[in-house]
Amino acid sequence: MGSPSGADPGPGPADDPSTSQAPARRRLRELGHPRLSQGQLVAATLTLLLGFALVAQVRTTQAGDLEDLGESDLIALLDDVTSRGDELQEEIAQLEADQRRLEGAQGDVVAAEAAQERLDSYRVLAGTVPVQGPGVTLLVSDPGRTMTPIMMVDLIQELRDAGAEAIQIGSVRVVASSWVGTSSDNVLMVDGIAITSPYRAVAIGDAQTLAGAMAIPGGFSDSVRRVDGTVDVSEGEELTIDALHEPTEPDYARPVPSEES
Amino acid sequence: MIPVLGLVAGVVAGLLLQPTVPVWLEPYLPIAVIAALDAVFGGVRAALDGIFNDRVFVISFLSNVVVAALIVFLGNQLGVGGQLSTGVVVVLGLRIFSNVAAIRRHLLGA
Repeated sequence: MGSPSGADPGPGPADDPSTSQAPARRRLRELGHPRLSQGQLVAATLTLLLGFALVAQVRTTQAGDLEDLGESDLIALLDDVTSRGDELQEEIAQLEADQRRLEGAQGDVVAAEAAQERLDSYRVLAGTVPVQGPGVTLLVSDPGRTMTPIMMVDLIQELRDAGAEAIQIGSVRVVASSWVGTSSDNVLMVDGIAITSPYRAVAIGDAQTLAGAMAIPGGFSDSVRRVDGTVDVSEGEELTIDALHEPTEPDYARPVPSEES
Repeated sequence: MIPVLGLVAGVVAGLLLQPTVPVWLEPYLPIAVIAALDAVFGGVRAALDGIFNDRVFVISFLSNVVVAALIVFLGNQLGVGGQLSTGVVVVLGLRIFSNVAAIRRHLLGA
């Protein structure tokens, strides 16, 4: 089929292009003058169908990406996608587990920190731990034992009013449940412990505010001096309160159950 | 000349109507189109050889298409559709190339 037709050898030698082309060119020109025949029409119909099918096929190939794949190709593609999906699913599960673990750990740490902070502040309030910090030291001398429990309560109130966060009077840590009174022989008592002159009181808070509160005219210092006692107030940067309060289990008071949760 | 006009008209009609290939025809159409192209190139070569015959062209065209579709169908039934289609395309491609070579020699002498 590859060899040219030998039907028309032509006038000249076969290797001369100009002569061997001539009959083909003439026939090409003759094709330009179609003779209408049934065979020509049938052939034209077939080529028309061919052109139509050609365009349709080209359009289908361009439009479809999966449609023109073979069954084995589709199966391979499906396997590929499925295994890739499985891998991604595993990765998702792994990452979600990591996320939960990290969130849990993070939450634990935060909760522990918050709990520790609350515990620390409650301990300071309850007086169960020694505390240190800036504040004032009062040296109270009351040689005539003329101080009344009212004056002692005034001292505590004035210190608290000035923002004292922890107070120690003598060897007693002053807490929420502390009380002031006198013994039968008229000795001042705080929480049932005798406070004998001279005694020392330490308050931790803003030193300047506390010292100012002690210097207020008509305040604690004034009243002590009025009864011939002396008060020596000194500010300190790093005072220590080492007296502790022994908390007692409440016998009657019970917390109201929380409405939440 | 009329078949060439038919080819052009078919392409234009395809572009205008934007047909979609029916699903049942999808496996066969590509091979059938290649086979038909082979018949067309064979017809052009025969025309240049001066031995073009309407009847021969129509029969070769139809038989090419039918045989190509049959081979694809058979290959699909035997599970070797892909390989057989490739083989058919290779053979038809060779025929198209040789026909085009003959046409080229006729028109360009080279």
